[in-house]
Amino acid sequence: MRSYDKYFREHRLPHMWCPGCGNGIAMKAIVQAIEAKNLDQDKTVIVSGIGCSSRASGYMNFDTLHTAHGRAIPFATGIKLANPELNVIVITGDGDCTAIGGNHFIHGARRNVDLTVILFNNNIYGMTGGQASPLTPLHKKATTAPYGSVDRPFDPCHLAEAAGATYVARSTAFHVKHLSDMIFQGMGNKGFSFIEAITQCPIAYGRKNKLGDAPEMLKWMSETAVMKAAYDKLPEEKREGKFPIGVFYNSEFTEYTTAYQKVIDLAGGAR
Amino acid sequence: MSNVKLMQGNEACAEGALAAGVRFFGGYPITPSTEIAESMAAMLPQVGGTFIQMEDEIAGIAVVLGAALAGKKVLTATSGPGFSLKQELIGYAAIAEIPVVIANVQRLGPSTGQPTSPAQGDVMQARWGTHGDHPMIALSPWTVKESFEVAIKAVNYAERFRTPVIILMDEIVGHLREKVELPDTKDIEIYPRRKPECSRAQGYEPFRPAADLVPNVADFGTGNRIHVTGLVHDETGFPSGSPKVTEDCIRRLHQKIEIAQDEITHYDEFFMEDAEYAVVSYGGTARTAYAAVEDARKKGIKVGMVRLMTIWPFADKVVKKVAEQVKAILVPELNYGQLVNEVERAAGGKAKVKLLAKYNTEIFTPNEICTAIEDLTAEVAD
Repeated sequence: MRSYDKYFREHRLPHMWCPGCGNGIAMKAIVQAIEAKNLDQDKTVIVSGIGCSSRASGYMNFDTLHTAHGRAIPFATGIKLANPELNVIVITGDGDCTAIGGNHFIHGARRNVDLTVILFNNNIYGMTGGQASPLTPLHKKATTAPYGSVDRPFDPCHLAEAAGATYVARSTAFHVKHLSDMIFQGMGNKGFSFIEAITQCPIAYGRKNKLGDAPEMLKWMSETAVMKAAYDKLPEEKREGKFPIGVFYNSEFTEYTTAYQKVIDLAGGAR
Repeated sequence: MSNVKLMQGNEACAEGALAAGVRFFGGYPITPSTEIAESMAAMLPQVGGTFIQMEDEIAGIAVVLGAALAGKKVLTATSGPGFSLKQELIGYAAIAEIPVVIANVQRLGPSTGQPTSPAQGDVMQARWGTHGDHPMIALSPWTVKESFEVAIKAVNYAERFRTPVIILMDEIVGHLREKVELPDTKDIEIYPRRKPECSRAQGYEPFRPAADLVPNVADFGTGNRIHVTGLVHDETGFPSGSPKVTEDCIRRLHQKIEIAQDEITHYDEFFMEDAEYAVVSYGGTARTAYAAVEDARKKGIKVGMVRLMTIWPFADKVVKKVAEQVKAILVPELNYGQLVNEVERAAGGKAKVKLLAKYNTEIFTPNEICTAIEDLTAEVAD
């Protein structure tokens, strides 16, 4: 019996993800952060959208909500505003969060609602069999980009920061402990926290792009991800092919439910 | 103590929702429904509730569904284009059994159409707008006072049946100002949020139906650790691909409303005792129809009227009874012909059913409907 077993619904396991999928690693990193943070299991809600990532909610032993495609953040916003004492964690994917849910993503960040949003970025629509997402790198292949994608991808961390998120971080499925730490710190931020978790999809993305099997994809993460402090010191030419991980942004701004409580006070109501 | 106010249908809708216990509103501004949002923005924080203006129509319903799951009674409001955008999550609310009220103050469509002229063109969309098989409750007020009452009923039905309920208003009633005497809050019947009948240890399952076929789904944060999904699920709440679970799930969603249909069918009858003809009408158009029926009576035509408040589920029994009594039924609608098909179906050939359609931004005049009644009597005589 491991200490974090209680955070899983054992009767719902094993999960339905493909062999080699990184989502299980990211899901475990979340519950380890929850354990480290000692969040009340009965006062923590996991909200997800639709896609591979979003099936995680069903395996996790909390109040869990598997919403519609792209809509996890507004559902989560409603939960947090209705009952601010709840810890609300959102699990989403690259298509869910930055394509169909893109508008909700930037506005959730803008409002600075106290949500911890973890984006499982596997660079592809996995569940539907490998279509290009807004986070599919340029020139990589997908079933809907058989000649390579010509759509420039987002950097979701830049997007979150620009939209007003008060905590922004990135890690990978290789850097398990670091990923969990990034989520842990995000849970400590009172406001909209965004963590991009880069995960491998060997089946629908790796295979099509000749990136090898899961260990090879994880190895790629270990070799190309660079801690932010070190990355910042790299000269421009040495950054080629590398990407930074770590905390990119952390700032203070009034959290939304706190701000709205002031509206209630002003109007003479009592929550 | 009486509380007399001059107010709009939209404002009365907001007041009614508040009186019924709504403490959370999320939405996106759209004419001619915006006064509902504006009223809620002002009133909700005064009672410790929450108003939030969302980034789009879809978020407007998503946020209230989240709030409903966390324990609040909720309302969102919209009009045609926004109603179209909300449809997917109306279906989500139907299958995940989340209590939500959606006020749709109809305007002329399709698309941007004629903003924001009156129309009743969303009657079928209210019923079938979201994909898949699902039940629907839709109520249509015809006065400002009734907008208040319908809002209360809608909130109560949403909570009682754990289902989306649509307040199918129109621009006529939404923007009409009338004197309203609001009832004392202690005289308002409120259906409370359903609670789990036992604990997890005692075998609680969140989607196990109670005797009335409605499950007592626990609110988030109450220690029940439930799972809610838009996937077909069994009584545990977890998805299942089983044909039997699927069939049971879809059937129960319908049956929980069907077994209560008589209770939730609300309508008025006027001059029906000796009627040989009838007008079946609803919403703002029913106001004109009433005046037309009075005029026709003065001309010696034995015409009565049935005014439907409950649009969905359709009042089959009521209309069937009317069809068995009269020679012909006139259905005036501010659309190309929508509810008329339901009237015809329910009438089952027992009476002639005739549509009077108007879809040019203008409302009916009493004279137009009265003339149509006279024409109908002539047609039947031929």
